[in-house]
Amino acid sequence: MAIEHADVLRAAHLARLGLNSDAEAAGYVDDLTQILEMVDRLQAVDTEGVAPLSHPLDATQRLRPDEVTERDQRERFQACAPATEDGLYLVPRVVE
Amino acid sequence: MQWETVIGLEVHVQLATQSKIFSGASTAFGAAPNTQACAIDLGLPGVLPVLNEGAVAMAVQFGLAIDAEIPETSLFERKNYFYPDLPKGYQTSQMAQPIVGKGEVEIVLDDDVRKRVRIHHAHLEEDAGKSLHEDFHGMSGIDLNRAGTPLLEIVSEPDMRSAKEAVAYIRAIHAIVTYLGISDGNMAEGSMRCDVNVSVRPKGQETFGTRAEIKNVNSFRFVERAIEFEVERQIELIEEGGKVVQETRLYDPDQDETRSMRTKEEANDYRYFPCPDLLPVMLDSAYVEHQRSTLPELPTDKRNRFETDLGLSTYDAGVLSATRPMAEYFEAVLAVCGDAKQAANWVQGELSGHLNRENIDIRNSPVTPEQLGGLIQRVLDDTINGKAAKQVFAALWNNEGQSADEIIEARGLKQVTDTGAIEAIVDQVIADSPVQVAQYRDAEPEKRGKMIGYFVGQVMKASRGTANPQQVNSVLKQKLDEA
Repeated sequence: MAIEHADVLRAAHLARLGLNSDAEAAGYVDDLTQILEMVDRLQAVDTEGVAPLSHPLDATQRLRPDEVTERDQRERFQACAPATEDGLYLVPRVVE
Repeated sequence: MQWETVIGLEVHVQLATQSKIFSGASTAFGAAPNTQACAIDLGLPGVLPVLNEGAVAMAVQFGLAIDAEIPETSLFERKNYFYPDLPKGYQTSQMAQPIVGKGEVEIVLDDDVRKRVRIHHAHLEEDAGKSLHEDFHGMSGIDLNRAGTPLLEIVSEPDMRSAKEAVAYIRAIHAIVTYLGISDGNMAEGSMRCDVNVSVRPKGQETFGTRAEIKNVNSFRFVERAIEFEVERQIELIEEGGKVVQETRLYDPDQDETRSMRTKEEANDYRYFPCPDLLPVMLDSAYVEHQRSTLPELPTDKRNRFETDLGLSTYDAGVLSATRPMAEYFEAVLAVCGDAKQAANWVQGELSGHLNRENIDIRNSPVTPEQLGGLIQRVLDDTINGKAAKQVFAALWNNEGQSADEIIEARGLKQVTDTGAIEAIVDQVIADSPVQVAQYRDAEPEKRGKMIGYFVGQVMKASRGTANPQQVNSVLKQKLDEA
């Protein structure tokens, strides 16, 4: 599978990555092409009857009892926020 | 051309856990902004989410209630998108292997027509925070208290064919989750939110038309109106030679219309992948069976039992099983008085009338089921007549006595069934009403039935409502027809 310049720009946009130049994007085209070539090689392996692996650890999820254990630490958390008001985090205006 | 509407629904149900799906922060409604958003909810570096057993149990209970398969393994995935009320940049959700598989819900339409709606699956996910768009110096305010609240998203197959069916379906889901106690079902507070997928196709056509998704509709009435508007819009568009585009629309209740939000040009923008922080969830059959053993009787079963075992009408069974508090009240009354028909009449009549008039929830009824059951007992054993029973009910409602017996005693409402006593009153009334008596005796026998009402009224009045009406009737007939 070949990757093109436009694919890199789209992926970068979805991940909100700013690419500074065409040269930078071209570098990603090369890197990602190599990665996909490796994936293509893996695709050649016969995986018939093998369940997809969702997690590398051979373990299952531990469950937590439904209890409130956290207390309010708003002031500490908001100390590192760029802007707050009335207990709210302030962000650049979002209008949809 | 004849058109057919096709509707599928995604219902997001907020689960009634104490704590969040992946953290120990509280889910209580109405707290000051961000006081219930902990480090995990905020997605701060180094935190590790741990799944809430309560949310798992609730999802499994729902699955069992709709006869769904509960797969042994389910997985959490990350759904990636950027929005300020989603602090991690992804929503932890499920896609490939959800916790609840295919199931079925029965809906009840007009004239007791029943229909099965297939459920594609239901999955667990976390809610996002809230954006407040009031002007904070050109900025938006973010409250993350809701971030991480557990949601069960229930995805139906496109099995509904009208707005009415869609509403019946949401009502059925609402009844199931509130019966199970896994959600408060409060739509006004956002505990149940619906995304509605609507398309139209010429009647008889097999393939589906292009659908539009209406987001975040949050009342039964709005679901109906949003669908009706959208169906009309799509038909008009097609008949004028246009094409429906796949898009997300928003229903505006003030304008009663749907409006385009954004075109969903790339459906797989979300780049789902397994969440590396959460291991596969394994549920063995012992766990599932344990959850099954905790299930209460479900609305459809209750309704059927009320009809077949208790002999109630379809209508009564439907009303009395509509909500769990209503059903529990009715059953508590029945346990005391032992007469289902009477219990049904009183709960739906006098009690519901009073509750509706004063806008009181049945859970807060001033008359307890034990009191109402006790009152009905006194009607059944002829201690009081129907008229006195209403007085007793009013007195119980106004807290003017602890029990029906106490009120009957204090107010002398005990029904007079002593024939001698009734005859004495009847004789007095006849003696006091010579004109009416003469009219009665002159009348054709078929007209007398109506005329006797006057005398019954007088006798009841003279006995302060305590005379047995059937006895009064027969004694009057006998004495008036005598001459």
